[in-house]
Amino acid sequence: MLMTLTFEPDPTTDVDASVLGYLVHKHPGRVQSFPAPVGDIHVFYPEVSRERCTIAVLLEVDAVGLAREKRFRGDALALSHYVNDRPYAASSMFAVALGAVFRTAMTGRSDSYPELASAPIPLRIELPVISTRGAEAEGLVRRLFEPLGWAVEETPIPLDPEHPEWGASRYSSLVFSGRVLLSHALRQLYVLLPVHDDAKHYWVGDDEVAKLTRAGDGWLAEHPERELITRRYLAHQSSLVSQADGAPDDERATGTATADPGPAPLRASRAEAVLRALSDVHAHRVVDMGCGPGALLTRLAKDRSFTEIVGTDVSVRALESAERTLNLRAASDAERERIRLLHGSVVYRDERVRGFDAVVLMEVVEHVDESRLPALEDAVFAHAAPANVVVTTPNADYNALYASLPAGRFRHDDHRFEWTRGEFRSWASSVAERNGYDVEFRPVGAEDPTRGSPTQLALFRRRSS
Amino acid sequence: MTVLQIPDRSLVVLVGPSGSGKSTFAAQHFGEFETLSSDTFRGMVSNDDSDQSATAAAFEALRFVAGKRLEAGLLTVIDATSVQPEARKSLVSLAKQHDLLPVAIVFDLPERVCVDRNATRSDRDIPARVVRRQLDQLRRGLRGLGREGFRTVHVLRSEDDVADATIRREPLLNDRSGETGPFDAIGDVHGCRSELETLLGELGYVIERDSDGRPVDAAHPEGRRAIFLGDLVDRGPDVVGVLRLAMGMVGSGNALAVPGNHESKLVRALRGAKVTVSHGLEETLAQLSAETPEFRDAVAAFCYDLVSHLVLDGGRLVVAHAGLKEQYHGRASGRVRNFALYGETTGETDEFGLPIRYPWAVDYRGSATVLYGHTPVPSVEWVNNTACLDTGCVFGGALSAMRYPEREVVSVPAEQVWYEPVRPLVPAVAERSGAHLTIEDVSGKFVVETADHGRVGISEAQSAGGLEVMSRWATDPRWLTYLPPTMSPPTTATEAGYLEHPAEAFSSYRDQGVADVICEEKHMGSRAVVLVARDPSRFDAPEGWRGVVHTRTGRPFFPAEQERTFLDALHSALDTSGLWTELGSDWVVLDGEILPWSLKAGDLIRDLYASVGTAAVAATSATEAVLDRAISNGVDVSALAGRNRTRSDDARLFRDAYRRYVGPDSEVRFAPFQVLAAEGSTFEARDHGWHLSVADRLVDAAPGLVAPTARRRVDLSDPESVQQAVAWWTELTEAGGEGMVVKPFANLTRTSKNLAQPGIKVRGREYLRIIYGPDYTVPENLARLRERDTGRKRSLAVREYALGLEALRRLVEREPLWRRHEAVFAVLALESDPLDPRL
Repeated sequence: MLMTLTFEPDPTTDVDASVLGYLVHKHPGRVQSFPAPVGDIHVFYPEVSRERCTIAVLLEVDAVGLAREKRFRGDALALSHYVNDRPYAASSMFAVALGAVFRTAMTGRSDSYPELASAPIPLRIELPVISTRGAEAEGLVRRLFEPLGWAVEETPIPLDPEHPEWGASRYSSLVFSGRVLLSHALRQLYVLLPVHDDAKHYWVGDDEVAKLTRAGDGWLAEHPERELITRRYLAHQSSLVSQADGAPDDERATGTATADPGPAPLRASRAEAVLRALSDVHAHRVVDMGCGPGALLTRLAKDRSFTEIVGTDVSVRALESAERTLNLRAASDAERERIRLLHGSVVYRDERVRGFDAVVLMEVVEHVDESRLPALEDAVFAHAAPANVVVTTPNADYNALYASLPAGRFRHDDHRFEWTRGEFRSWASSVAERNGYDVEFRPVGAEDPTRGSPTQLALFRRRSS
Repeated sequence: MTVLQIPDRSLVVLVGPSGSGKSTFAAQHFGEFETLSSDTFRGMVSNDDSDQSATAAAFEALRFVAGKRLEAGLLTVIDATSVQPEARKSLVSLAKQHDLLPVAIVFDLPERVCVDRNATRSDRDIPARVVRRQLDQLRRGLRGLGREGFRTVHVLRSEDDVADATIRREPLLNDRSGETGPFDAIGDVHGCRSELETLLGELGYVIERDSDGRPVDAAHPEGRRAIFLGDLVDRGPDVVGVLRLAMGMVGSGNALAVPGNHESKLVRALRGAKVTVSHGLEETLAQLSAETPEFRDAVAAFCYDLVSHLVLDGGRLVVAHAGLKEQYHGRASGRVRNFALYGETTGETDEFGLPIRYPWAVDYRGSATVLYGHTPVPSVEWVNNTACLDTGCVFGGALSAMRYPEREVVSVPAEQVWYEPVRPLVPAVAERSGAHLTIEDVSGKFVVETADHGRVGISEAQSAGGLEVMSRWATDPRWLTYLPPTMSPPTTATEAGYLEHPAEAFSSYRDQGVADVICEEKHMGSRAVVLVARDPSRFDAPEGWRGVVHTRTGRPFFPAEQERTFLDALHSALDTSGLWTELGSDWVVLDGEILPWSLKAGDLIRDLYASVGTAAVAATSATEAVLDRAISNGVDVSALAGRNRTRSDDARLFRDAYRRYVGPDSEVRFAPFQVLAAEGSTFEARDHGWHLSVADRLVDAAPGLVAPTARRRVDLSDPESVQQAVAWWTELTEAGGEGMVVKPFANLTRTSKNLAQPGIKVRGREYLRIIYGPDYTVPENLARLRERDTGRKRSLAVREYALGLEALRRLVEREPLWRRHEAVFAVLALESDPLDPRL
């Protein structure tokens, strides 16, 4: 992991570039090494001349040691444990190294050259390998650095020259150039490398708020991405964010939703549509199959007309999260009797969910392989055999209206299929026919005249015999 | 001496006032745990066995324990006064709830005896008026005990009575578990005498006739016995003839019989009860009217005496006319009898006006085989260890029998339609019959009995993990026949520069007492289990289905279309090779690898390996450039430069390592190395030479599709043979090969303690870079990576191996889906345990 910082004074001024050594408090003639928790930091000058002075910081990461060290939060059970880019790509670990090596320089103090330390000077910073792509990182470098007066030059690195068809890797080499206060430049790297490197934070502790306040002094307050920087730097710990920001705590930690919740308004109208359907059929005892972290359960719980509510999910983690959302542990015995969470699966028959007024399958069927839908049908319609079933699922016809969704792609990685209105109707009608239900279809969300609504809902009512 | 007979599975209620000697009696005649005394329970819930305020709690606890015992079918004695009808009522209902008979033993002793006894008791003081009141209550209730539901009431009226009494435990009438067969169970005959004669002939019985030539008995030369599953009568042409033969066989001991609903109704009709004469009863009555009154009486007695179901062969076989759920086996109650005669109905009727039957067999999970009739079906099919043998002979179908324990079906067609059916014959349970899996099959803590490794336990956390993977990702359980066991590497190599080396694998087998091993090349592909089938119905699959290909965690290997192409090609390879005939099967399950690895792991290769590779190359190159500049400017960074050069070389070697696993998706190849199962057999006992010879024939048949596996048999007692094998491995891996797997040549091998590891993988030095990182070969890194614990992995491998074999065996033995699924599921559940994925 390497960074070089070059000081090339304007030829018009009479500044000797080698004074960089005084500004960063590192002797240009020596190779210095410092131990760091993740390996060794080496500082040396590849080039020192009157015109130009370059200092290099090389972090020699002990990859094996790092993998075996618990406090670096490695997931010992992931294959990427030993095989990862940590030794190579600039990351928050590198920021730690910078903080250690340039502690004094970051304060902006220079006894010998106070005028150079307190004025913007022409600097060029090179980071040969940094991860700049991926869902979160796209364009982020520019958003973070350009407002601070840096010109950003980004050169993508190919994934594998032997496989040009794979395209570029997620890495680029970066060159920042601009006239910036040296102390700001160093502190900006110190804060923004971890922010940019959101995925891997190794070292969030209680004193982080103070650190951020210190490191951000003089440049962070005016930064247009201040909110993002604060949140990410503090590793999404919302309590810390509000502490640093003085802002109300509006960012709630996101749960581990297994299903794509979709945009908030659609999520809400979907839940409302389900509640309306349940109310239309006068259901009081309901099962939410595939309840996930409990989004619908929370709404059901608030409505006292539901006298018995059961949430089932195949993921124990989702159920634990639902239990927290519903605050079931602290609930009264009566409430815990009313709302129960069961570990179950929609492709296995389950005695515990038989004979309810209604079963809800909200955004569930599309997460089941098509070959196993008959098992779902058997478990829900033939065996659990509730008086009513409510099924919602995305309407594939509508996908074309999502600009960000490439044609042929699903709305969520885990969707096994997305049905057109015709396909959904044909499935639902035959299920209803085979199991003695009548079925009615309803749109959910704003309807498009030709493509229908974003979500489609089927309400099955068991025929009275 | 008075003998008190009681059923050996019953609830015995001792009724008598305080001081009547119940506890002493119980201690004399029943076992330590059989008697539940209210005093004991009072003590348990309150620390004071005479604390009357604890009575309610004590009885609640007592009833709970009694319930558990009755659930287990154990004789249970309640030692409490039970002189009040209300007290007895809850006990009677407890017995009924568990379908066992309540028995009362009444201690109606003279008041003086009780009072005197109480007076000598030091532990409590019971006034005479209490005893008097209790005796009053007892005597008032005595006559009503039968009405209360007690099937047997014994009354002891004096101290002598009590002293003389002995208990004799009688098995229930349905308990014939001492009869071990072999049997031939015969479905509903309905007066089809001629077909019955033919069937008995087919089964090998010799029919005995009376002077008029009428069949009156039939005996099997090998002592087999027939079992009539009820509905001998009604509808058919010769009900009397059938009765004469069946009654003769039962009388002579050549047959057993259970009643059908038609016999039950016939009894009532013959005894003069008012019944609706329909459903063929008219034929029976007409035919019987031509017989003598004696014969009619004999028929009535025969039908009346039949016991609703029989438990046979040590509990391994249960027969009942309409089947019987497990909870009712060996029990006696009205509802058990009703179930056995009529089955369970949903309360609804179908479009023909006939009751819809609840498909109890679908939910059946018992270990006893259940044979039954009652519902005409087109053919005999096993559903969860149960089979309906009524193939509708009287409706023009066939008369069927099941040989037990052979489980062979013997059928003779009906000679004609004797009676028009109300509706066409439909299978006993609808489509996907055996395919219904229930959450209880696979949730919570459970144990799978395996033939090779005893009981394998699955914890609750493991089953929870398994359920998620199985539900969300796995191939349809009907087609998920097997999951391969995990495979352990050898212990860490002692050879310098290596983490894994053949020497340790060899010594491990030597330690297990295995000297004859085979080394098989690992293919740099992905493990795959392939089920190829010519007959979809064998796997309850739709028309045109040709099998499945899944990964080692049960996920479908290919998208549907690609799977189809692959299976079509493999089908023709099997056709060409002649293996179908040789294996005598229409299906086969093969274990192997599918290449290239990038097919399955393309994303992993690009996102992880190629990314790390490119980052490593770029970073080390940039560092080299900067260091070179420093050196040219006279800065001494030579040590740094040296280390960076090693890293740079390692980065390139790492890149080479993963690049070997990338190939075009269009060039799919399958390298089978083991034949897991085919109809009728599993092959774990065939040596690997045989398995690979089968694989070689597939290679010959389709060299473009099937890849050969390089191999080498090694004699571990011969140093030269070992040395050659090491050289072979070294050459293989230095040329970029992934490595090899060492297996006992004989295949399934039992050591003195356990099963031998089915295989140990020895991976190449270069391959391991993509596991342990580019720089793992640096000596100080290697030194730290040496501590690897293969113990847990090996223990897991053996359990998973046994479970996999068990699943295959259950498949071959056509066990119900839930039984097969249980074993496969257990492998997945064990895999959900966290374990170092690099091993």
